[in-house]
Amino acid sequence: MSTVSLPLQPSEVSVARRETVQLLLRSPTFVVGVVILGFWIFCAFFGSLVAPHDALDQSFPQLAGPGKYLFGTDQLGRDVFSRVLAGARDIMEVAPAATLLGILGGTTIGLVTGYFRGLVDDAVSRLVDAILALPLVVIAVTVLVALGPSKPTLILVIGFVFTPIVSRTVRAAVLAEGSLEYVQAARLRGESPLYVMFAEILPNVMPPIVVEATVRLGYAIFAIAGLTFLGFGVQPPSPDWALQISDNYTLLNSGTYWWTVLFPGLAIASLVVALNLVADSISKVLER
Amino acid sequence: MSEHAPAIELTDLDVVYRVRGRDRQVLRGVSFSIRRGESYGLVGESGCGKSTTALAAVRYLPRNGRVRSGSIRVAGRDVVALSRSQLRRLRAEEVAMVYQDPSKALNPSIRVGRQVEEVFVVRGVSRKEATVRAAEVLRHVQIADVRSVLGRYPHQLSGGMQQRVVIAMALAKDPALLILDEPTTGLDATVEAEVLDLIARLQAELQTSVLFISHNLGVIGKMCERVGVLYAGRLVEEGPVDVVLRDPRHPYTVGLLRCIPRGGVRKDHGRLDTIPGFLPSLGEELPGCVFAERCALARDVCHTEEPPLHPLGERHSSRCHFHDEAAQLPRQTPADLEQALRVDRSGTPLVRVEELAKVFHQHGHEVHALDGVSASIWAGETLGLVGESGSGKTTFARTLLGLVAPTAGTVEVDGRVVPARLGQRSQADIRALQIVFQNPDSALNRRHTVRRILRRALKKLAGLVGPAAEARLRLLVHAVRLAERYLTVRPNQLSGGLKQRVAIARAFAGEPRLVLCDEPTSALDVSVQAAILNLLVELQAERQVAYLFISHDLGVVRYISDRIAVLYLGRLLELGPAEVVFEGPHHPYTEALLSAVPTIDGGGRERIRLAGEIPSAADPPSGCVFHTRCHRKVGEICEREQPPLVEVEHGHLMRCHIPISELRELQGKGAAVPV
Repeated sequence: MSTVSLPLQPSEVSVARRETVQLLLRSPTFVVGVVILGFWIFCAFFGSLVAPHDALDQSFPQLAGPGKYLFGTDQLGRDVFSRVLAGARDIMEVAPAATLLGILGGTTIGLVTGYFRGLVDDAVSRLVDAILALPLVVIAVTVLVALGPSKPTLILVIGFVFTPIVSRTVRAAVLAEGSLEYVQAARLRGESPLYVMFAEILPNVMPPIVVEATVRLGYAIFAIAGLTFLGFGVQPPSPDWALQISDNYTLLNSGTYWWTVLFPGLAIASLVVALNLVADSISKVLER
Repeated sequence: MSEHAPAIELTDLDVVYRVRGRDRQVLRGVSFSIRRGESYGLVGESGCGKSTTALAAVRYLPRNGRVRSGSIRVAGRDVVALSRSQLRRLRAEEVAMVYQDPSKALNPSIRVGRQVEEVFVVRGVSRKEATVRAAEVLRHVQIADVRSVLGRYPHQLSGGMQQRVVIAMALAKDPALLILDEPTTGLDATVEAEVLDLIARLQAELQTSVLFISHNLGVIGKMCERVGVLYAGRLVEEGPVDVVLRDPRHPYTVGLLRCIPRGGVRKDHGRLDTIPGFLPSLGEELPGCVFAERCALARDVCHTEEPPLHPLGERHSSRCHFHDEAAQLPRQTPADLEQALRVDRSGTPLVRVEELAKVFHQHGHEVHALDGVSASIWAGETLGLVGESGSGKTTFARTLLGLVAPTAGTVEVDGRVVPARLGQRSQADIRALQIVFQNPDSALNRRHTVRRILRRALKKLAGLVGPAAEARLRLLVHAVRLAERYLTVRPNQLSGGLKQRVAIARAFAGEPRLVLCDEPTSALDVSVQAAILNLLVELQAERQVAYLFISHDLGVVRYISDRIAVLYLGRLLELGPAEVVFEGPHHPYTEALLSAVPTIDGGGRERIRLAGEIPSAADPPSGCVFHTRCHRKVGEICEREQPPLVEVEHGHLMRCHIPISELRELQGKGAAVPV
């Protein structure tokens, strides 16, 4: 069953906007997500400053269990707790940048294919299908091996892989908008296609794009962590979480040195879960 | 349950919706009852609470709605107090609802047959028997090819056919109460007439009680015995239909009736009367009469004291302190136009369309949406375009605008051929032809403010920027009677009428020569419709602008048009001065269209039944395209030869094998239709 809503009075516009924020703040999933996310953003900026030790300092006893050193130390004698705090930096640089790139590319392609349809759409959509048919890891590893792993390359690769996915979402939204008459009205004033796409249609398809962006960000973290683990992503000596796991996972065999892997793993998981919580609650409120 | 209890009885019903943390009252002490076998109409503009009443009757209010006080008794049972399972049984057995849009009432992924069977299965009939009964009820609603309809999916049926299926499902359980919420609003006039006939026949046959909700007083007048007029959630007048329509005793009813263009009234007779102001916002506290703010008769007492329901005899009652003066409600809009309308047809036509044709290719079929349409429009005149859906009206408009390129034929403006495609037209050509769309919600960008929408139009169409644009913006907003404070808001904060004013202002930003009006008032309430029509006529008198006015509402078309063009399957069947086309002799198709319109003034006019539905444009009939449905078909010649479009009288063109003199005789002099 639907609900009944009211047309807004002019004085109530700001109220409605405040209401969206209030609705978000009232949702526990959003609040929890934002708190965790906020914590990791803080760490990305100041993690190495607030950490008790230098993340690269090897002067501690090797493989000491949690206790004196909160999360223990790794096989080179580095403080795991400090490394987890400082390890937020790289992923929080690369993932948002890659997501932004994917969103920009995908939005542009989605607008163009959804607006022009016809031949342009057919051609570009098949290309998109072709890219989507290749596993992410295959594309990413190939490019990273060819160009050498570095943060800019990582951003470009993830952004490139995300572009077709985003473009599909945007295209669907644009197709729905394109049938509305304000688009025809714009053409009947002699507006250029560029204006119609970006000034008329784009503002109306922002909600799905915002939701897509939050979801993509989660996947970007996943992808980067995976590539880093395989050795194609962030390079040592960075205290990156996935790098820590990749350095220490062989120790798990013995079953004793779990802390070297568990805590960076939890860090990745908490960040991704937080992003999904935020994405969920935003999409619920925006698509209400 | 008692057999003698009224089918439904509402007593002092208060319903509230909780919106943004506050309870807002939408029904204010509504009381009425419908006897067994009676049909009761509920009229009022949108937002008055008509649908809420219907939903409350089956306890199907939206999640944020609640019955605050009062009672609803359906067939003697208190609906508010029913348990879940009792409520389910009530809905399954006693009450049936038919909504406006049949395509949404039917499940698109289940075959029609299964959906109809479900009505029986839910009441414990076996599948096998249900199948038989389903075919039976469909036959009952005059579906000819039952077997094939049962096997189809809803989208494979036309709108009229879908609504028949929904009605069949509603009546299958022989309900005590049938609620019809705008059941024919989305349908063509000819189909509407068929469906209304069907409902009336079934109602008489089954003795079902009917609650008929409609904004169309003509339909209510035709279908109902009694009528209740709802305003701001309050029943303001109630009585037998003929009494209320003939002798309304509440100023709101009087106003509503005056807004409707009827009885052959035309724009040069003067403006339509309107109801100024707006419906009070949802849940507003109204200490006095709910209508006082908009009432020209209102005195001090009206603002402070709620009028009681005055009985006026014959079960007629009015909630007005001054009900005996209601008929003398002063006009709210002066009748006289400040400037006279004038049309000069001596020179070159403003727009001339020559042999316009458009063929769409669909799944390997050729669809002739337009076939050899020629017409001229002179400055300052309105050409009305009528025809059922699928007749090519919209394609014609879109081709003129250059949104679709014609397959053949040309469009001339001021005697000069303009390029077929919008992209190739000069800015001056683009400016000359503008459009006002049907639905202002989708025609205005909801993310832009009114100022931005109009400033952009001024920049592109009038080449104005900066202070010059701002000055023109003021004039423009003034011209469409829009308060300047609305410039800063976005469309979703405006009512439908105000939105349509913004859309009109946008079309007029660059001094257009011809404005296409594609059903510009069909999404609006009648009082708003009257104001918009007045505005269009005023703009025409001031600026010598021409209109191509598309509408299915023949009263509206007659009011605003100087000449009328009748389209059928993409062919022009008749074109002539509005008076001549309406008064006749007219083309048999026009005759049928006119006879299908339910009018308030009624009259024992015989309705002409059109056989079947409009044929597919992919496979048009041979000869005269109308011969398959024509009630005046003369013989084999109609199937073989397409009659030419000839001038049968001065300025009156018609495409029919029957000579005009014979048509005049057949249709009789007195057959003039009082639309």
